[in-house]
Amino acid sequence: MWKNLPLFPERASALAWQVDGLYFLLIAVSAFFTLAIFLVILIFAVKYRRSVHPHPVQIEGSLPLELAWTLIPLGICMIFFAWGSLIYFQEARPPQGAMEIYTVGKQWMWKFEHETGQREINQLHIPVGADVRMIMSSQDVIHSFFVPAFRIKQDVLPGRFTETWFHTTKVGTYHLFCSQYCGTEHSGMIGQVIVMEPTAYQAWLNSEGATGNLASDGQQLFQQLGCGTCHRSDTQGRGPNLAGLFGTKVMLDDGRTVTADENYLRESILNPGAKVVAGFKPIMPSFQGQVSEESLMALVAYIKSLSQPQQASR
Amino acid sequence: MATAVQTVERENYLNSNYGIKSWLLTTDHKRIAMLYLVSITAMFWIGGFFAMLIRLNLLTPTGDLVTSDTYNKLFTMHGIIMVFFFLIPSVPAVIGNFCIPLMVGAKDLAFPRVNLLSWYIYLLGAITALTAMVTGGVDTGWTFYTPFSTTYSSTHVIGAAVGIFITGFSSILTGLNFIVTIHRMRAPGLTWRRLPLFCWSNYAAALIMVLGTPVIAITLLLVAFERAFNIGVFNPQLGGDPLLFQHLFWFYSHPAVYIMILPGMGVISEIVTCFSRKRVFGYEFVALASIAIAVLGFLVWAHHMFVAGISVYAALVFSLLSYFVAIPSAVKVFNWTATMYKGSIRYETPMLYAFGFIGLFTIGGLTGIFLASLGLDVHVHDTYFIVAHFHYVMVGGMVMAYMAGLHFWWPKMSGRMYPEAWAKLSALLVFVGFNTTFFPQFILGYMGAPRRYHAYPPEFQVLNVLSTAGASILAVGYVLPMIYFLWSLRYGELAPPNPWNAVGLEWMTPSPPPTHNFDETPIVTWEAYDYEHQPQEEVTVGH
Repeated sequence: MWKNLPLFPERASALAWQVDGLYFLLIAVSAFFTLAIFLVILIFAVKYRRSVHPHPVQIEGSLPLELAWTLIPLGICMIFFAWGSLIYFQEARPPQGAMEIYTVGKQWMWKFEHETGQREINQLHIPVGADVRMIMSSQDVIHSFFVPAFRIKQDVLPGRFTETWFHTTKVGTYHLFCSQYCGTEHSGMIGQVIVMEPTAYQAWLNSEGATGNLASDGQQLFQQLGCGTCHRSDTQGRGPNLAGLFGTKVMLDDGRTVTADENYLRESILNPGAKVVAGFKPIMPSFQGQVSEESLMALVAYIKSLSQPQQASR
Repeated sequence: MATAVQTVERENYLNSNYGIKSWLLTTDHKRIAMLYLVSITAMFWIGGFFAMLIRLNLLTPTGDLVTSDTYNKLFTMHGIIMVFFFLIPSVPAVIGNFCIPLMVGAKDLAFPRVNLLSWYIYLLGAITALTAMVTGGVDTGWTFYTPFSTTYSSTHVIGAAVGIFITGFSSILTGLNFIVTIHRMRAPGLTWRRLPLFCWSNYAAALIMVLGTPVIAITLLLVAFERAFNIGVFNPQLGGDPLLFQHLFWFYSHPAVYIMILPGMGVISEIVTCFSRKRVFGYEFVALASIAIAVLGFLVWAHHMFVAGISVYAALVFSLLSYFVAIPSAVKVFNWTATMYKGSIRYETPMLYAFGFIGLFTIGGLTGIFLASLGLDVHVHDTYFIVAHFHYVMVGGMVMAYMAGLHFWWPKMSGRMYPEAWAKLSALLVFVGFNTTFFPQFILGYMGAPRRYHAYPPEFQVLNVLSTAGASILAVGYVLPMIYFLWSLRYGELAPPNPWNAVGLEWMTPSPPPTHNFDETPIVTWEAYDYEHQPQEEVTVGH
């Protein structure tokens, strides 16, 4: 048990340094205040002990002191607030063109699917030096995707997509934990993130030999479910044409405008009446309970793929 | 053998009446405080027993002591019992119940029968929750996150939820009683500015009890309804929203942290002034800091949800407000420290616990600043860093304060002195044991060890073993007072009315006080903590 006693997690993402920097600053400031308070109490406790200081001097208080120890800590806190928020905002904004990993959490495993169709369970192979965006949802309860070496964590919810991203900087194998308590085998819902050299990653992709990919699975489903009868590839359909839809602003029949992102597509499949596109009737049936979480991801990936040429031209 | 001179025992609240009935039907706030003391002590040992099993299981990375299902039930029941059945009632229902009427110079609380009712409700809630635990347990975590609790858990969720629901009413009634008592029953001359800070902080906590508890009651009822009748409130498959639960749950459960810590802060204000023989430094600031904490405490709940999938702008606002709520707590720590300046300091057990409180609460509070910081919280959320942080606040802070208060007011409550040397030893053991248990967990947390794990990667073992070792020291530190307090009931020296030479009204009546508290209603003509005008007594008691 003594063989291996790390006291600090590895740093394997671009953001890890920033998080650690803020952590070190906070430790320094906290240590300063803790020691200062301990020291002052110790000095008072010794210097003013009953045996040498039998007659206390009554002091009411001091407004300048009160203001000082209200405003100075508040000012220092604002530095932490600003720095912490800057990191958080970076975490919330994945860069354009990041590779996407579709992730399903379920009791008690992680399922990943690469854009090129490779699937894995509780292991995630990714290249070093890449931006990776995780698009995640849960099939049952709330889970949380946590890779300490990347300093990122994001809850994975049933009923919607959540996302997070990271930029890998170091080849290695890192812990993947589910950090939101999810039932009996919560502590078994763990895995590995394997960061590889790009060439090794390519070799791994080839050796896995995917049959089709997520978007093509989605296309098959799209046909099986008969979506195409209304969502035709011209303007004559009873539903909107989906080509080029993803990522654009959509005008709704109640006057609102929403961006057609993954969560919008998802909601429109499961609860089509919630946001109806202007000029169309709310006639689409709900697919709630008819498509699994993975099928939903495939459908969303397929609809996204219909916008690919446009994305390439950007 | 006890050959102490037996004076004719005067009548007091303990000997005025004997028999089970005189206790179970009492409306005397002092007796009800004792009923609470016995009940929450029982709950503390049950919760502590679960904690010990948790720590023992974590000695090995593979979690060999219990199965994962049992482990999940253990941490759930540990959390439920300690939060709802020990910490929330601890200082208010025991020390507050006993001391507030005495401190304001009243004969009793405003509604004595309601006070007794609150204890029966507490008991009913506790029995309900314990029944759920004995008949199979519950495994949702004390946080009851949906949809796990409403749909997926196959344990006794409804029983535990109903137990907490019921107990909430006892909390509301106690809070109501305190608010009305402090408003309406203060002795002549006892203005708000002369009120002991213990009353101020219990008043602030009572506001939260009355305003916040109904929200957790509704939330748990909705969980029970969704579970029993498939009403879609939280489960997305039924059309609900799982995050709605988290908002509702933390809307109460974050302020509940302040229900737990505020009364403890009040205890510390009483003790630091008494053992420094000084008026408190910056009375208004300490008093108003309690109110500020109570108000701001309602506005920070979503800092528990920074990685849950809320909007980044909402997170920004809640992060900012979380820094604001930290400031009044810091102000209190600074004022307590300044109170000692040029004092005349004694180191009896209550003061040792108060030192411990200030030190541990400072660490607990400062690590809270880490968690308010968005980018850092993402990494440490739901790890052992959080576990360490809230134990520093709840155990290092609140339980230390509760122990400080028990030792401080024990002579008043029981009429007996406890053995000082043993008490000092136990204070030291608690301090050392606590730090050994929980400091390693900060390191574990930053390394990424997730909480609520029955088994863990082997590289986390050394720190876990250290933590378990510390927990055993801590356990001894808690067992000792249990023994010597009981021992003192029979063999302890008789306590004088004012063993610490303190200035509160509660010390101006005999120990233990008569049933009606004061022979004459006191008239207050002095400021709080007026140690200047109180004659320095030469005789200190009993050690």
